[in-house]
Amino acid sequence: MLRRRLAPYLLVLPGGLWLLLFFVVPMVTMLSLSLQEGDVVTGYVFTGHWQTYADAIVNYRTQLVRSLAYGAVTTLILIVLAFPVAYWIAFYAGRRKATYLFLLLLPFFVSFVLRTISWRQILTDDGMVLGPLKHLGLLSSSAHVLGTPAAVIGGLVYNFLPFMVLPIYVALERIDPRVVEAARDLYADPATAFRKVIFPLALPGVFAGVLMTFVPASSDYVNSAVLGSSSTTMIGQVIQSQYLTSSNYPTASALSFTLMAVLLIGVFAYARALGTEDVMKVAAR
Amino acid sequence: MTQVLEPGTRETPPARATVTRRSRLTGGRVLHAYTWLVVAWLTLPVLIMVLFGFNDTPGRYNQTWEGFTLKWYGRVFELDELTRALVTSLLVALATMLLAGALGTGIGYALGRYRFRGSGALNLVMFAAISSPELVMGASLLTLFVSLGVGLGAVTITIAHVMFSISFVAVLVRARVLTLDRSIEEAAADLGANPWTTFWRITFPMILPAVGSGMMLAFALSIDDFVVTNFTAGTTTTFPLWIWGSTRVGLPPQVNVMGTLIFLAGVLIAVAASIRSRPRRRG
Repeated sequence: MLRRRLAPYLLVLPGGLWLLLFFVVPMVTMLSLSLQEGDVVTGYVFTGHWQTYADAIVNYRTQLVRSLAYGAVTTLILIVLAFPVAYWIAFYAGRRKATYLFLLLLPFFVSFVLRTISWRQILTDDGMVLGPLKHLGLLSSSAHVLGTPAAVIGGLVYNFLPFMVLPIYVALERIDPRVVEAARDLYADPATAFRKVIFPLALPGVFAGVLMTFVPASSDYVNSAVLGSSSTTMIGQVIQSQYLTSSNYPTASALSFTLMAVLLIGVFAYARALGTEDVMKVAAR
Repeated sequence: MTQVLEPGTRETPPARATVTRRSRLTGGRVLHAYTWLVVAWLTLPVLIMVLFGFNDTPGRYNQTWEGFTLKWYGRVFELDELTRALVTSLLVALATMLLAGALGTGIGYALGRYRFRGSGALNLVMFAAISSPELVMGASLLTLFVSLGVGLGAVTITIAHVMFSISFVAVLVRARVLTLDRSIEEAAADLGANPWTTFWRITFPMILPAVGSGMMLAFALSIDDFVVTNFTAGTTTTFPLWIWGSTRVGLPPQVNVMGTLIFLAGVLIAVAASIRSRPRRRG
């Protein structure tokens, strides 16, 4: 009897401990390090130096705001792009639903970094897209895409599209067709049925998608590094170079924690309001 | 990120007869074409990658098309560092798959089967681990390893990968456990099987498909991960890190070839798994 009661704890212990040691503890360490002063050589002392935060935020406010703006624009574009795809697969694809979802995920068998580099190859000044257009005189020979915000946002949209399609698809899939039929029986035209019935029922999926794309998009640094320029630097690049190049750990920690705090307020507000089930379900598809 | 599908698990909803036929057809056609357009757009960079693996380029500079060749497939392991990076990636992914598979299955099974104190907190931590920015997870692990004075390398990469993979495995396994018909286990117990035998002979085979897709997902997440790896690798190089490092000097065609081979292997495994897990038709 004792063993039965202990069973769940024994099962959870190894994995739970791993998450505690390598997810929760590092976050606390990072918070603590952001309030310490010193350097790599002489060591760090905890001083409760909140000024690091103020300085970091003031110094890097452009990149911080830019990252959140890019993340927000990416997310909005994703909703518009992904909704029709999810809608078609959920309501029209019939028995081939799984095939279409598989096709959408197919490119993700290629390394994230490699795919982004491939975009650079496509969009380069004389590449397969701009080259012919310039040749035909449709674009001036000085036109370029790489290095612009459009290139970075395009890369982000590309890389995170499935994370918007999947949750919306899951929400639409759950809609009982009889509900839509009932709307039609009550003389709602297709547009009204969509606006008053389908879309509200799909909203939880949209919210889950927003969470799953806004957070990674605004903290990404691969797209802005590969497709962008110095005028599109995102906060991720700053954090990365502060950690790995300048070894300026307190500032880097403060920036990471600021980013985490901004995003986590959203994440936990989401968890409270809508529950964690949708996101976890989609994440594990 | 690569994801694993479990197709064929849902029934198609009954056809909706009341929807106006004509508007449905034209609307459906437009959406169908649009969906294929999106699929084509998603696949374009992959095609470029595959294509340039066949490019008869003189050396490292692989940007313009010089003609068709198969030589890079013969010389795919010619660059020692790149090969070593790929081997590191595969080993880390294998270790991640096994460890995250075991630990995640434990959590998923417990969450699906038992009610216990702390399960709410555990769920919240898992949710946070799934939805936290990778950048912050990588950075915070780096601060931990730095303050502990731990040397970075394959071990710290694996620790990190297991950390972010556990939750995905657990969620998949929990979902499966929740759908299990407990009367089968009760029947086994009635026939005199002890709990241990019941678990290994009855329950485990039933949750095995979920454990399998969880482990495949963990493998895929690990082999593709760049951000967390970048922070926890030190001087060790994995496949994505090597690619990243050589972006400025130009990517050799071997990278395209390896990318293509990994892509094909992933697709084959996923297709094989989906065929195997497809429920057999009854009657």
